[in-house]
Amino acid sequence: MITLFYISLLVCCFLCLYRIGRGPTAPDRTVAIDILGIVIVGFCALIGLDTQKDFYLNIALAWALLSFIGTIALAKFLEGRSFDE
Amino acid sequence: MSDTIGYILIIIGILFDIFGCIGLVRFPDVYNRLQASTKCVTLGTILLLVGVAMVSASGPTSAKAIICAVFILITSPTAAHAIAKGAYASGVKLWEQSVVDKYAEQKEK
Repeated sequence: MITLFYISLLVCCFLCLYRIGRGPTAPDRTVAIDILGIVIVGFCALIGLDTQKDFYLNIALAWALLSFIGTIALAKFLEGRSFDE
Repeated sequence: MSDTIGYILIIIGILFDIFGCIGLVRFPDVYNRLQASTKCVTLGTILLLVGVAMVSASGPTSAKAIICAVFILITSPTAAHAIAKGAYASGVKLWEQSVVDKYAEQKEK
């Protein structure tokens, strides 16, 4: 059953990658990158469940943090303002 | 018992993830894609993490999964709001069949 979970999440990742490659405007790509980050957090948790290794959850936490910071930076870049405002 | 509930939560979460990603591909403009995919994928991943926390036997793994779920619950709407504001400020047009544009109404006042 866990193989089916992996395949479903891989399909999700490829749909996000399709939008990143295809997306007509820059905000489309930013949304897709954000969603890809969240899906990968779930993927790491699932790998941690499958292998009974603890540190995959640490990877998931760090990935969630970095994905959030990256998304905020891209959104600020789209808005065309600096970080001070 | 706890295992069964956990696996059911994981299945529901992955279904929500798939629906969100299909919405990301199928919807017509940035704002529709944002609202479809962000809400669905946030709920789906939180359900997945709660399911992992229920299935996994060890305490620290469950605690980390719950912390991760709370973190995503806080940050994902924030990021979506920032992207929506950034997209509007960078001049992306709404889909031609969209009916309401509150940002433009606010600017006119």
